[in-house]
Parts: sequence; C-alpha cells; structure tokens
Amino acid sequence: MNSIMIMAARCLRSGAYRTAQNNVELLSGRARLMCSSSAAQKTLEEMVKKDKVVVFIKGTPAQPMCGFSNAVVQILRMHGVDRYAAYNVLDDQDIREGIKTLSNWPTIPQVFFNGEFVGGCDILLQMHQSGDLVEELQKLGIKSALLDQEKESK
Amino acid sequence: MLSNALRCLRPSTCTLALTRQLTHHRPHMGPVETTIRTKLAQALKPEHLEVMNESHMHAVPAGSESHFRVLVVSPQFEGLSLLQRHRLVNETLREELSSCVHALAIQAKTPQQWSSNPSLAKSPPCMGGSKHDNTMAEKLKAGQD
Repeated sequence: MNSIMIMAARCLRSGAYRTAQNNVELLSGRARLMCSSSAAQKTLEEMVKKDKVVVFIKGTPAQPMCGFSNAVVQILRMHGVDRYAAYNVLDDQDIREGIKTLSNWPTIPQVFFNGEFVGGCDILLQMHQSGDLVEELQKLGIKSALLDQEKESK
Repeated sequence: MLSNALRCLRPSTCTLALTRQLTHHRPHMGPVETTIRTKLAQALKPEHLEVMNESHMHAVPAGSESHFRVLVVSPQFEGLSLLQRHRLVNETLREELSSCVHALAIQAKTPQQWSSNPSLAKSPPCMGGSKHDNTMAEKLKAGQD
C-alpha cells in the first residue's frame, strides 16, 4: 500500500506543474494517475483537503470554459476569495471521473470547503444570495469582501 | 338523433382538434425530458415541477437532450439542507446523469419557499465548454439511442 502511495506522489509531482496566475494556484492536471483507482482516490482526498477552498471546474479561473464553472469563479471573486486551488477537469479525465466518485456528485463544477463537499454552482449561488456564503467563509477564516462593501455603504 | 351519432363518429376531425391543442400546449418533448419528468414526479410528488431542456443554449447539436434545468417544489424537501435536496434529485435521475445528461441545474424548494418567492433562476450563458469536451460525443450518442 505504501509503495502505491509513493508511486502516486511521484506521478503527481513529475506530471503536474504549478503556475501562479492572479494569486490563484492552479494545478494543470496533466498528472496521469496511472496507479490503482484507490490510490487515485487517496490523492484526490488529499487534494481537496490541502487548501481551504478547492474547486473543480472546466477551464481555469482566468479562462473558464463553462458558464456554470464561470459562475463559481465569479462568486468567489465577488467575495474577494483569491487564494484557492482550481483544478481543470478538461485537462484530466482521471481527475474528472475521480472527483465525481469521491463526492458522489455527477456534475462539474464542484466546490469544497475545508475538505468537505459543499455543492455545485446552484448551491454556491444560493448560499451567496442568502448570505450563508459570507458565514461559511468566515468559518474558514476568510473575510468576505462584501462585508467591507457593506461597511463602506453605511 | 342518428345524425348526432354520425357526427360523433367523425374521428379524424376530433383527433385533429385534439392534436392541435396538444401541440400548442407543449412543444416537442424528447424522450429524456419525458423520463426526467416522470421520475421526478413519481419520486418527489412535487406540488410544482418544471423541466427545461436547455441544450439549445449550449455548444451541442440541435435536438440534443444534454443540458437541463429543473425546478422541484415538494414537501419532501422540508428540513433538508440544499445539498441533501440536490442529492435527492441527483439520485432520482442517476441513470440519466450517468449517460446522456451532461448538466443539470437544480432548484429545490419547499411549498412555503416557492409561494414566498415563485421565481425561476436563469442559467448563465454558455462558454463553449462542450466544444472542448471530448466525452460529449459519447454522451450525445447515448441520448439518441
């Protein structure tokens, strides 16, 4: 089991590269997880826990390739969340299928807070509209930019 | 009296009138949309249900049944979080979502929520994702079979 983990880590490190763009860390998803599916799941589990806010989208935050994925990016931008991990599922079928299995959720985009699956675009939008998103971000230790805007308008 | 009976036995006229009425009321509903409606109605016993095929708004061929938006108003959602409600809908449509349905936008409301805010959300404009998606061909084919 340990050797598989080491192999998985090696696959990920050698295949992937990080580019920082607009303070958002991206993993290009070129990592070909040629290891067993349980190892792939373990790697995905680590990926969703590694950052406070993790999203799986089509395209990148700078260039979303899907209206629903773009909505997620725009909502996070509105709240001033600029440090989050974004994985482009169009780059990697293994990540795309693996994350659907991990979260037991059939579609992309997918949003994770503190390693916990939050929902897709509809849920994030409703949380934003109801004010719940500000609260949830606060729990993560992230202060929503909308709070500052509120203060300014008062 | 005989002439009345004969008038009733003009089936073609009756059928024509009925068909005209039906097509005016509901534009062509594909098999996937029909299945989605049936399954949601059976599983969630909604007070209000809207199923919209939004495939024409996306980068897929005309006549596709790949992108849908559903609005379900059901008392079964009482006490359930947004995530739990959406999972219920996903479970109901598991088969469709694992084959030809590529995107499913969901609004899941309780009757009280619906009556206090009877509004339908709109899907964001397409950004052409399906064009760059090499799994779409398979999914679209699944919808045609």
